[in-house]
Amino acid sequence: MSDYILELKKVSRYFGSVIALKDIDMKVKLGEVHCLLGDNGAGKSTLIKTLAGVHKASEGEFLLDGQTTEFESPKDALDAGIATVYQDLALVPLMSVTRNFFMGRELTKKIGPFNIFDTKRANEIARAGLAEMGIDVRDPEHPIGTMSGGERQCLAIARAIHFGAKVLILDEPTAALGVKQSANVLKVVARARARGLAVILITHNVHHAYPIADHFTLLNRGKSLGSWLKADVSREEILEMMAGGQELEDLESELAEFTRTDAAANAGEGSTFEAAAAAQNAHH
Amino acid sequence: MSTMTTPVQHAQKNIPPDERLRSESSLKKLLTRPELGSVSGAILMFIFFAIVAGDSGMFNADGIMNWTTVSAQLGILAIGACLLMIAGEFDLSIGSMIGFAGMMISIPALYWGWPVWTAILFAFAGAMLIGFINGYIVVKTGLPSFIVSLAFLFILRGLTIALSILFTNKTIVSGVSEVAEGDILAAAFGGQIGTSLFSWLGTNGWMEVYADGTPIVTGIPMVIIWWLLLMVICSFVLLRTRFGNWIFASGGDDKAAKNLGVPTDRVKIMLFMFTAFCATVFAACQVFEFGSAAADRGLLKEFEAIIAAVIGGALLTGGYGSVIGACFGALIFGVVQMGIFFTGIDSDWFRVFLGVMLLIAVLFNNFIRKKVTGAR
Repeated sequence: MSDYILELKKVSRYFGSVIALKDIDMKVKLGEVHCLLGDNGAGKSTLIKTLAGVHKASEGEFLLDGQTTEFESPKDALDAGIATVYQDLALVPLMSVTRNFFMGRELTKKIGPFNIFDTKRANEIARAGLAEMGIDVRDPEHPIGTMSGGERQCLAIARAIHFGAKVLILDEPTAALGVKQSANVLKVVARARARGLAVILITHNVHHAYPIADHFTLLNRGKSLGSWLKADVSREEILEMMAGGQELEDLESELAEFTRTDAAANAGEGSTFEAAAAAQNAHH
Repeated sequence: MSTMTTPVQHAQKNIPPDERLRSESSLKKLLTRPELGSVSGAILMFIFFAIVAGDSGMFNADGIMNWTTVSAQLGILAIGACLLMIAGEFDLSIGSMIGFAGMMISIPALYWGWPVWTAILFAFAGAMLIGFINGYIVVKTGLPSFIVSLAFLFILRGLTIALSILFTNKTIVSGVSEVAEGDILAAAFGGQIGTSLFSWLGTNGWMEVYADGTPIVTGIPMVIIWWLLLMVICSFVLLRTRFGNWIFASGGDDKAAKNLGVPTDRVKIMLFMFTAFCATVFAACQVFEFGSAAADRGLLKEFEAIIAAVIGGALLTGGYGSVIGACFGALIFGVVQMGIFFTGIDSDWFRVFLGVMLLIAVLFNNFIRKKVTGAR
């Protein structure tokens, strides 16, 4: 039994001549939320697909519970307890909550020679599984098309947990959600952590990540900028590192330039930008 | 945040309802049933023809048997088409398959001297193989099944005519009844059941009889039995089994289903084979009822089957539909087709009616889908 359920040592991934990931080190513990931060094109997607068994690492070592592992397919990863909830959620809107919950892993019972879908028990389990994550489903036979984006995200997470995930990889779970719904999803993440799962949370939104994460890993242009415990780093530091300190400074001077050249219109623009940032900070 | 209930509250029995959810009337729940349109449509048709054609003999024993048989024939095809549509694919080759399968039964039985039952098994095997090829091409190439099966519509129709001329020099092969005499498998398609019951009803005066004492309905044609059997089995499979969930998932979101380990390719190929099976059941019933096979049998049946499935609530985009609904769709077909005959309305109006019916059904389904998916 290793301290870490998942460990990457100098993992690299190349696509032809493209270096998508270079020398990534990452350690994930059970019962912690590990936040993977990075701007667009930083290599987040490649990294999670490597963790999920979609890609194989070109170089480096992948340890699962202290054992060197190599996944041949996403199914291998899933069997090893690494479940990934992608942005498309793998849900069918026209199908009921229960049918979605058990899609591909239908609960059956034998009646005579027939294996039938045990709707009643499946309904109870789906309902209970969602209730544990803090979602109250009125009618598990209701199509999920009417559920909100946040609820669907929670359903996908609850499903992964129910089917025995030890490591839960969430790809931008709050990307398309409003503030309130994001908060609900983050609460579900907290519940998953409380149940002893390791959660790898991919996001580029520091404001969503900071309150929930225990550990941060920053990616930039395929390389890891480092890993920090929450205690060792502030939100502003992360934000600065993510955007690249230099780029933020550039932005500031550009904005100042706008203000000078076109005082009337662009001054308003600049101040709304700052106001928005301030409001977001204040909210958390 | 106040909308989230804590686990403690969940443990209690009285969970306060989420204020974002409106309470739904049972009417709206009923509205989301895919069968609703076709069941209510069928009831309307019965009322209409009971008023218009109530005394024309349409609702006598032989009249009922008449439109039930027509409905059953189409219903068998509609069940196959419906399951395939729920899985997100079309098969336009159903109609051509009927002609082809009929020839696959008749030519070996009449010209090659095969026992009839082997010819029937041969036809089923051949048809399902073609269904397999059809499905295999669709899932492996990712091409729309519309276009692949359209190709098979022409290939099979052409083959049926060309091969029947090659082997028999005719496009209508008759005389199957004589060789099918006493063949149990042939009787399973062309026979009737309950004949003794009906003659008993006749002799006791509970059913009208002809001058020679035979009742006007001598028995229930096997095609009706096949229809009911397939309806019960397929509806059960669709709603109550793992495979049924896979059908919904394959049509609802192919990629999502695949990601969760649903073998969507296998599901679709099996359903292409099943529509071919249904077309062959139809063909066999027809061959042994008329005692002949013709190269032009089943013309346009693929569209009628799809229309019945759509009236029955199936969405053209897949993922939604009902076997029971498709059967009621077929029943509407049979009732109207025969009803128009019984009322003496010019039968040209049947097609007008069909088109209007289809349009209404599609509009209605579209509305329902928006309700179900919560689209605004």
